Amino acid sequence: MKPDVLIIGGGLMGFSVALQLVKRGTRCKVLDKDSAGRHASGVNAGGLRQLNRHPAEIPISVAAADMWHNIESLVDSDCDTRFPGQIRVAENAEDMQLLEGRAAMVRGLGFEHEEIIDRDELYRLVPALAPHCKGALICRNDGYGRPFHALDAFRRKALSLGVEYHASVRADAIEHNGNEWCVSSEKGEFRAPVLVNCAGAWAARVAAALGESVPLKPGAPMLMITERLPRFIEPVIGAASRKLSFKQMQNGTLLIGGAHMAELDFEHQTTDMDWAKLALSARTVMALFPQLENVRIVRTWAGIEAFMPDNLPVIGRSSRSPYAYHAFGFSAHGFQLSPVVGKIISQLILDERTEFPIEPFNIQRFCKR
Amino acid sequence: MKDHYSLVIVGAGPAGLAAAVNAAHHGLDVALLDEQPAPGGQIYRAIESIPAERSSLLGAEYQRGSELVSVLRDSSIEYYPDTQVWSLNRKLEIGLVCSNTAAMITANQILLANGAMERPLPFPGWTLPGVMNAGAGQILFKAHGIVPADGVVLAGSGPLLLLLAWQYLHAGVKIKAILDLTPVHNHLRALPYLPRALLAGHYLMKGMAYKKELKRAGISTLHNISELRASGREQLESISFRQNGRQHVLETELLLTHFGVIPHTQLSRAAGCRHDWDSSQQCWRPQLDEWGNSSIDGILIAGDGGGIGGARTAEHAGRLAALEALHQLAKIDQRQRDRLGRKDRKWMREDLHVRPFLEAFFHIPGKLLRVPDDGTIVCRCEEVTAGEIRMAVANGHSDSNQVKFQTRCGMGPCQGRQCADVVENIIAATGGDSIARGGHYRGRPPVTPLTLGQLASLYPEEKE
Repeated sequence: MKPDVLIIGGGLMGFSVALQLVKRGTRCKVLDKDSAGRHASGVNAGGLRQLNRHPAEIPISVAAADMWHNIESLVDSDCDTRFPGQIRVAENAEDMQLLEGRAAMVRGLGFEHEEIIDRDELYRLVPALAPHCKGALICRNDGYGRPFHALDAFRRKALSLGVEYHASVRADAIEHNGNEWCVSSEKGEFRAPVLVNCAGAWAARVAAALGESVPLKPGAPMLMITERLPRFIEPVIGAASRKLSFKQMQNGTLLIGGAHMAELDFEHQTTDMDWAKLALSARTVMALFPQLENVRIVRTWAGIEAFMPDNLPVIGRSSRSPYAYHAFGFSAHGFQLSPVVGKIISQLILDERTEFPIEPFNIQRFCKR
Repeated sequence: MKDHYSLVIVGAGPAGLAAAVNAAHHGLDVALLDEQPAPGGQIYRAIESIPAERSSLLGAEYQRGSELVSVLRDSSIEYYPDTQVWSLNRKLEIGLVCSNTAAMITANQILLANGAMERPLPFPGWTLPGVMNAGAGQILFKAHGIVPADGVVLAGSGPLLLLLAWQYLHAGVKIKAILDLTPVHNHLRALPYLPRALLAGHYLMKGMAYKKELKRAGISTLHNISELRASGREQLESISFRQNGRQHVLETELLLTHFGVIPHTQLSRAAGCRHDWDSSQQCWRPQLDEWGNSSIDGILIAGDGGGIGGARTAEHAGRLAALEALHQLAKIDQRQRDRLGRKDRKWMREDLHVRPFLEAFFHIPGKLLRVPDDGTIVCRCEEVTAGEIRMAVANGHSDSNQVKFQTRCGMGPCQGRQCADVVENIIAATGGDSIARGGHYRGRPPVTPLTLGQLASLYPEEKE
């Protein structure tokens, strides 16, 4: 049966959109050039963070947090989520001032989720932290999940409701013929009246086919993971003036990220680790947790993700093509937003409007007139 | 250690030693990195320190290593024992840990002579204390003279099993039984390769002599064994197996198993070299040309790490790869390379005559490779069972990387080297992608664990 909506990209965004649509009775087909969650969706750090979001993202991030806290009702799985809070530590007075300014700004926007904690509270929450820190910014209901498990839960729930999924289908040509979109691939043609671009790092190619040129830059943020350790820390730790994301996962391993980029061969979809940058990450971890010196790193990797120049995603209607929508460019912080993005795109398609403020994510900000 | 060499060789077994000596002989500056404490690789392990009596027990093939190692010691080669290589990339950067200190060095040419590892083959009970690889048994014997208590059982398929039994016999160990899991019909499979194998007939003669001696000593060898299972509460207490339709049980506290050897490909994988599935050797091997060039410029591979050929072939391949490195570095021209390599190439070809026969004769049955028992653990690090892998495939995860994401199989400290091939076999048999298409775990360095402190010590000039 011909679908109502074709979704390009079988990552979290694609399946989230498909799930929201199928729940409202819309037939969807998801196409993926590789396998589901092969890139950023499956291998990201799994952070569920409202803390320190760009002001434009705060409303949708807060809405997404609500959805994550009830994720089981959406996808029949808790996606292995934990909500011990996320913390951004201040290592000196200057850091502290920065964080206090941030907290005031968020309060000024009418949100309560970010708050300042003092030194005592910080060490009560994170006794393992090196003793020099002064305080922190915290979002207590933040946390983390397991990305590939989340992807798998979204995928399975969507498929169980009737979404069709095609792996290894690369969209070679995308055309609008009269009343419908036609996506041609080696595995045949796929047609539907509506098209959604959830193609992640490859989304610029889809946008180009819709007549929109976007300055998307593929990047591959590096992550490393250690052997399992006895549980010694609950919240996710970042730092005010260092690149760091640090958490002890459900199984005791430590996941360390710092938004440092691997060397990416986009054409061949391969990455080479930049050990100089990872060495820097290791020094950052040791500055905050010197007791981890002899902990063994067992794996490093980098998933391929779409970065926009302003680090904000593109979410909304195509500015050039009818019945086409975009959700890409999440710039390495899309995991947390994925449930709400499904809602937004499904509302745009079915209701022609959305309850969420998405104007800052309009693709037109890149289309010079 | 310098931070750059013309040639860096990884591994000091027959291939690495022969290559290093050949390259140094032509005036190249060579660093030889060895994860072992002393040169010799697995085959000539402890060759410099072994007591004469134990050395004679190990036979003439083992003693051959003395000469190779003594030439190394007399050369200008910089030899680094206890050195782990944890990263290698196409820019020919080598991450290593030497004496607990991490370093990053570069080379114009890199020769991987990593050798082989035993084929991991899970069967029910294989993770019980008291079940070990035959190779581990041999390491303990060579390095420390440790032999099992009386009553050990050897099981599996492959020449090493026979060799180890023969060595134990001479060391005075009372072997309870040898269980040969080679299917009888392999004899037919191997028959067409016999005439060629006879051209390297000394290998076959030696094998037959070992068998004869074991038989004369009254050690029972049971053939055509299947459904091997190890049992015990805290540790191994007994093993059961099927022979000719009948079930048997043997009590033992130690079972040594062996299912052949496969190339050690972690570093060639990490670098991104292309690999092909070799259905005769039942393993992945890097794509190599006749001089040992991999698919990446500047990375050469010689010895069992490039495909199983045994110690003699490794030596020849090592010398040939060294000539190629010299040629690439313009120390010799192509003519010289070809001329100097002629003998090694001829000897290597002769030595390899026996291989197709051995590969067919010791072909591991597909049923064993597929791990039929759902409860058997496949990934020891993360304790993932064959049943969980089959379940993931049933849920639409049709290649080994997806299965890895889903089950954590292969995400432990061994980096999947124990379970990668097994997972691929299970997936291929469960209706996922075939082995060749389903692909291998993508390499995720460090290849060997590196501590946060060691990593933090690198690139001190790098700032936020």
